[in-house]
Parts: sequence; C-alpha cells; structure tokens
Amino acid sequence: MADRTPAPDTPELRERWGSFEFTADYKAKADKAIARYPEGRQRSAVMPLLDLAQRQVGEETDTQGWLPLPVIEYVARYLDMPVIRVLEVATFYFMYNLKPVGKYHVQVCGTTPCMLRGSDGLFETCKKRGMKKGAVSEDGLWTLTEVECMGNCATAPMVQINDDNYEDLTPERLDTILDALARGEQPKTGTQEPGRHTSEPLGGPTTLKEMVEANHDYRGEW
Amino acid sequence: MSLADKDRIFTNLYGFQDWGLKAAQARGDWDDTKSLIARGQDSIIEEIKASGLRGRGGAGFPTGLKWSFMPKESKDGRPSFLVINADESEPGSCKDREIIRHDPHKLIEGALCAGFAMRARAAYIYIRGEFIREAETLQAAIDEAYDAGLIGKNASGSGYDFDVFMHRGAGAYICGEETAMIESLEGKKGQPRLKPPFPAGAGLYGCPTTVNNVESIAVVPTILRRGASWFSGFGRENNAGTKLFQISGHVEKPCVVEEAMSIPFRELIEKHCGGIRGGWDNLLAVIPGGSSVPLVPAEQIMDAPMDFDGLKELGSGLGTAGVIVMDKSTDVVRAISRISYFYKHESCGQCTPCREGTGWMWRVMERLRTGDAAIEEIDMLHQVTKQVEGHTICALGDAAAWPIQGLIRHFRPELERRIEEHNAKFAEAAE
Repeated sequence: MADRTPAPDTPELRERWGSFEFTADYKAKADKAIARYPEGRQRSAVMPLLDLAQRQVGEETDTQGWLPLPVIEYVARYLDMPVIRVLEVATFYFMYNLKPVGKYHVQVCGTTPCMLRGSDGLFETCKKRGMKKGAVSEDGLWTLTEVECMGNCATAPMVQINDDNYEDLTPERLDTILDALARGEQPKTGTQEPGRHTSEPLGGPTTLKEMVEANHDYRGEW
Repeated sequence: MSLADKDRIFTNLYGFQDWGLKAAQARGDWDDTKSLIARGQDSIIEEIKASGLRGRGGAGFPTGLKWSFMPKESKDGRPSFLVINADESEPGSCKDREIIRHDPHKLIEGALCAGFAMRARAAYIYIRGEFIREAETLQAAIDEAYDAGLIGKNASGSGYDFDVFMHRGAGAYICGEETAMIESLEGKKGQPRLKPPFPAGAGLYGCPTTVNNVESIAVVPTILRRGASWFSGFGRENNAGTKLFQISGHVEKPCVVEEAMSIPFRELIEKHCGGIRGGWDNLLAVIPGGSSVPLVPAEQIMDAPMDFDGLKELGSGLGTAGVIVMDKSTDVVRAISRISYFYKHESCGQCTPCREGTGWMWRVMERLRTGDAAIEEIDMLHQVTKQVEGHTICALGDAAAWPIQGLIRHFRPELERRIEEHNAKFAEAAE
C-alpha cells in the first residue's frame, strides 16, 4: 500500500474550487458514462467521473489535473453518493492525483522489465533537469513519478507523459522528448527506436511478413 | 514443426494494418457471426471445452468449463454478465494491449460469442486506466460495431440482444483479480471478495458473472470457425493452442509474438528474439510467466517447453507468458527486490499478512541486496513468505511470496556471499 492523503482542506482551496461544476462538454461525457451502467447503479460511474473531473481541473490549470476536495464532493453530489465513498475511491487508485501536478506528469516505469533495460538512466535524465519525485518543478512544467509496470515490457524502458507513451527510450531520446514538450511541441509517441513499428522484433517481424505491406487475408490458406 | 502464419490468430498483432472494422472484416473478423451463434449455447461451450483452451490470464483454468458454471436460465430474473479482464498489469505482460489497439474487433466479436454462450446480457471490458490511447481505440471499435448492427439489439442479426461496454480502471494492479475487478466495476475500492460465493453465482451487482482474460475471449471466434481439433492440434496434451508470448529483458530483440504452446524456450528466443544478449552462456535466469512466478535458472529453462505443465514441473509457471530474461550482468537480488517493492505498492491493504508482509519482505530484500543482514535472516525471510502465502483472501500474497522463494531456492549462495562480503568489510573497518 502506498500512503495517499488528500490535499489539506483550507479556505483558499474552498475559495478556488468550491464552485466547481462540469462544463457542458464534460457534463455530456459524464452522463454518457453513467448510462453505461444499469438503472440504480450510477455509482459504478464514479471512476470515469473522477477522471473527467481531473481532466477538467487540468484544463483550467494548464496541468495534467488533480482532485481538490471540493471537486471530490461535487462528484459525490453528482452521483448521490456519500463523500467518503468517493474519497475512498480517489485515494485508492493511483491515477487520481491528490495534489497539484505540473503541466507534464512524467511517469517513469521503474519495475523490473524496464529496470533491466535501463530505466535507471531515465530517472537520472529527469533528475539532471531538476525534476524531483512527487514535486512540481519550479517552472510548473514537470512532475516526476516512479510508476509500476505500465504493460509496455517488450518496448522497455518507457515513460508515460500525460496521455501518451514513449517507448524504447535511452537517456538521450528522453531528453529530446522533454526538450520538445518544453518548447510546446508534440513529439512522436510510441517506440523511439528507428525502424521499429510497435512490438515486433527490431529489424522486422519474424512472422506475418505479408502484413507489413498489405492487409493480407490468410483464410485462403486454411 | 513451427507455427505457420496461416495458423496465427492475431494477424494484425503489430498494427501494420488498420484496426478498423472494414480492415478487420477483410482479415476475416465478423464473418457471418450469425451462423456461429446459430449453433446454440451448449454447442459453443462444448466446442471450447474440446479445444482445450485454458485461461490466458495466468491461472490456466479451462475456459469452456468456467462458462458451463453459469446458470442456464434465470430463475429469479437476475441477468448474467461477462466481464473481460483487460487490466493487464502483471510486470512482463504486454499482450492484451496489442490485441486491444491492433485487433480490437477480435475481442468484441469474441465477447458476443462468449457472452451468448454463457447467456449473458452484456459484457463489461475492464481496461486498465493507463491504457489511455488503447481505450480510445477500443471505444471507437465498440462504436463501429454498434453502428454496423454487430452488437446491440439483434446482434449480427442473430436475434440475440447483447451490449458491450468499456470501463476504465485508474491504476490498481489488484483490480486484475476477478472479485476486486467486480468491486471496482461497482464503483468501490478494488478489494477482493471472499469466495464463496463465486462470481458465477453472485458476481457483478449480485448477478451471475464470468470473468475472462482478453486473450481467452479474443481467440474464441477463430476456434469456432476452425474447429476445436485445429486449436488442440498445437501444443502438448493439456496445454493446447497458440499463445502470445511477450519477451522482455536481456534478449537481443524483445518482442511480442504468437507461437504454438509448448515451444521450447531456446527455440522461442532463437527464432524471434535474436538470441540472448551476449550468447547462451551469458544467460543467468528467466522469469517465464510474469513477475508472480518464481524465476528459473538458465540451465533448467534452456530446453524446457513453454507451457503450463512444463513450467510447473520446474517449480514455476506459465502465468501470462510474460517472459523476463536476465543475463549475467543482472543484479538478481535487486531484480527480485524490485518485484517485492511492486507487491508492497500494489497490496490493497485488506488482509494483514499481505499488507504488513509485503512491506516487511521488501525491506529485508533491500538489506539482502546490500548484504546488510545476518545469514539466519535468509531462513527467516523464507519462513515469513510461507506465512503470507495462502493466508490471504486473494493470490496477491502468494504472488509476493513466490519470487522471493524462487530467489532463495536458486540463489542462496549469492545471498550468503553478499552478507559475508558486507560483514567482512565491517570487521575490517572496526579494526
């Protein structure tokens, strides 16, 4: 278990977020999420709604977003749930940020498969740029977090920054990506290995070679 | 004999071609699904049983048998549900992601066939929260399937109504456990439930529920089309079929690849991964089935068949077939200690042996890594792993214990060497 506590409930926090409401766009998404569950089971939508709320906070603060207590209370009212049940969910799942984060949330995978392929060097790269784990950098751009296995093991090591994955990294490749983001550009996502498409062996697939060039239908050979 | 391309199920595994409906249909998905459903529920379950398909999520329980536990009729009006486990979070595993982002229609068509067979009214696909782009693709594929009338009311013209919904997680490994997943779907913390009642009796919203892995469901339409005997023709007895292997770590070319079950480890690595980094003499150990299974030393794994029974004989397991390869440059104690940290981080906190034990085991592992320990503590650690194993509601406690047990079993001399070296340094400093 990891320690996760919400940000302190202060008058300033109330002042800033007390009147939080979904925008029309987010409200439409929230209601669509609720409709996926049977009548009377709307609390099933607490996870998608917390995610939407975090994203809206992110848009308003030009960051990845987080969940101030008044926003959590808003979601509870929206779903007619006790606040503690929503708070429980918000503190249990790691993707809900309980404290403000930077514009870019740099989540470096440090679990064994990435560690074996050199994630130590990626942490070094981030630290050299002044990032600290769990803290927002002075310019407000970065928050560094060590995350657990992200399921990209065949293209390790990897980093997830906000909604995108960057795979097959080296310290230099990560530096290039962070430089581009700092300039406000969108770097290429996915594998950074030249010549690699996704998770096929480097240098070209050993199987299903026809698929590289055309949408081959193998049924004729059954 | 090696698996031919025509016998591979996931032909767009690498995403060289479009994942969309038109392209998927051109590859053979959604081809007269109506006639598959027309075979009837019992016939589909029998076919899957006969194919020998065992669950691809790690435990390897026979899929057809699992489906047969679902009620054939609802006596009290409760609907049944299919929940598809796409919460792929086991370190070393990265196959469901490829299915979802490159071949999502295999999964959706499989959901319909499986859901129909077990008489479910809807499927919920629980995808891990970190798969953000993958979830966008999956939702778009579901929308396409609805628009084409393949799912929803009168799905594929079969006369059967079937909905498919996607639910995104938010970063909790434990939600891959089936009852934790159900709790999470209900909008709660993902803490596993006591069994019984089993989900087939009372699962999602108290209704009969079956939870299946993405790969188990996505292979179903192809098995139905090609027949049980085609599928069971691959692999050794009781280990049938083709399987997505995910090879990471110290091989020349890590990759995901579909191969016949029971392929020898050496052949898998030579054929698809360009060999071990630095050659076969440089191989130290392999974790063959994702982080939860014990590691296997080089000399034992080299010619072992990669399947459920073959790896069980080596005191390990096939798990998710996430193969983590370690060469001799690896600090093996650190590699396992990092896995211990993972389980400490992911313990849900419900059962005391796991909540307290995972942290304790990790802290001792960290001391063993530097040698800052007493020789007796190796046995003490082993004893504590035995006290965690089997004493928790779900298998996370076991999964945290096994890697450490594997390390002690195979690398005790290395642990002792570190302690002796560390103590010698201290003795020197004291003089």
